[in-house]
Amino acid sequence: MLRNGRHHVFLLEGVRKMGLTAIFLFQLLVQCIPAFARPRLVIAQIYNSGARSLIIIMLAGLFVGMVLGLQGYELLRRFGSEEALGSAAAIGLLKELGPVVTALLFAGRAGTALTSEIGLMRATDQLVAMEIMAVDPLRYVAAPRFIGGIVAMPLLAAIFSIVGLFGAQLVGVQLMGVDKGAFWSQMQGAVANRDITEGIVKSLVFGVACSLIAVNEGYHAEPTAAGVGLATTRTVVASSVLTLLLDYVLTAAFL
Amino acid sequence: MVVAVHDVHYAVDGRPIFKGLDIEVRRGRITAIMGPSGTGKTTLLKLITAQIRADRGEVRVFGHDLAQLKLAEIYAVRKRMGMLFQNGALLTDLNVFENVAFPVREHTDLPEPLIRMLVLTKLEAVGLRGAADLMPGELSGGMARRVALARAIVMDPEVLIYDEPFVGLDPISLGVILRLIKQMNEALGITSIVVSHDVKELSMIAHDSYLLSEGRVAAAGSPQELTKSDSEAVRQFMTGSPDGPVRFHYPACDYTTQLLAAEEC
Repeated sequence: MLRNGRHHVFLLEGVRKMGLTAIFLFQLLVQCIPAFARPRLVIAQIYNSGARSLIIIMLAGLFVGMVLGLQGYELLRRFGSEEALGSAAAIGLLKELGPVVTALLFAGRAGTALTSEIGLMRATDQLVAMEIMAVDPLRYVAAPRFIGGIVAMPLLAAIFSIVGLFGAQLVGVQLMGVDKGAFWSQMQGAVANRDITEGIVKSLVFGVACSLIAVNEGYHAEPTAAGVGLATTRTVVASSVLTLLLDYVLTAAFL
Repeated sequence: MVVAVHDVHYAVDGRPIFKGLDIEVRRGRITAIMGPSGTGKTTLLKLITAQIRADRGEVRVFGHDLAQLKLAEIYAVRKRMGMLFQNGALLTDLNVFENVAFPVREHTDLPEPLIRMLVLTKLEAVGLRGAADLMPGELSGGMARRVALARAIVMDPEVLIYDEPFVGLDPISLGVILRLIKQMNEALGITSIVVSHDVKELSMIAHDSYLLSEGRVAAAGSPQELTKSDSEAVRQFMTGSPDGPVRFHYPACDYTTQLLAAEEC
């Protein structure tokens, strides 16, 4: 009976949190339009979330591509179709690995930075000070960071995929000796517009989800050192789980 | 009357903070809100700035009942106020100049040369014109508070609210802040509300003072009147005596019993 009662509490708490997040999303969307009136703030956040994540995204993309080249080559060789390596790597990167791994890295690099920055602003009364100065922190702080994350994510995912393809080519063609012409031409023939669209839609959705979680957690963090730390942890956990869940839903939707 | 708090009740998680609070702040005067730690001084500031709403009673600022106002109207009221936070609450990604310019840029379309002149004038008033290019992290506690004061007065508010302005300052910085509060009031005619428990400093500048205790106003009058109060509790606070009706020890079970007991009493 008690266990059932606890389940009830957990369920209610979960629903309440989802409702609060939905309200926060609505408030953010309302503030996104006036936020564009100060493009300088939005551009600064695209730089913070996007450009500053470039190195980790490119490095990860290169290594993931190289592993994909190696594993793909090994698998395809068993069927005597090594030339299909280009199309396998491209489809894998564009549809799945690019958006998903980028979102996971974004949550770890940019998401945590967003949460801790906004959380510390809350802890040091900066957000309250803005409210007292009659400046809505949702418009000045939260909305530009939310937009910045949404814009940065598809760009980062595209760069991840491109560098990943270079890595796959490096291993497959340069190291394992797959025919260069076959690698690129098979890729060209196999990849359809639909595959690219799927990748773009996924990275956009992940961008909205990860940025929303990061900004929401920071904005509502308990204004203490421990509170900001907890909020940062929640950002990584929630973003990662939601990314993988949404990936399944979107993959199923695109079939 | 700039601020009128009437019969305000407010509780957090069922724990009452205010049980019928009455306070009035008159235009052009410095009003001190005093009281031991935990008596709800900062909560009172939150009520006056409409960050929280009273459970019961009325908080009027510039004649408006805050409970009846919509967010846009609350922002309109706040534009007529300035607040100095205990830690300054400067925006850490902006330098001193931009921090002071922040409210001007957000609320006006003034040309850049005019904003520059306005900001430099306010920084000169707090003696930090030379620190305009520094970042908040490079400032001492006293300097940060002075920059925050410059930011609070840049829009020429009618009321300035100071939250514990003397905490953690060295004697020189404290003297500077004290002089600035007095100057803002005398030269600019700004109504000031100072929340603090530094009786000596407040006695030097305050026209009116309120002493909060147990959710109500325990005493009101000039700081000098409060020092001569008949109430033992008021006199204990004003003179900082450790002995008196306000106990030093947090309520606990008998000391000897607890020391000798095997388990917690």
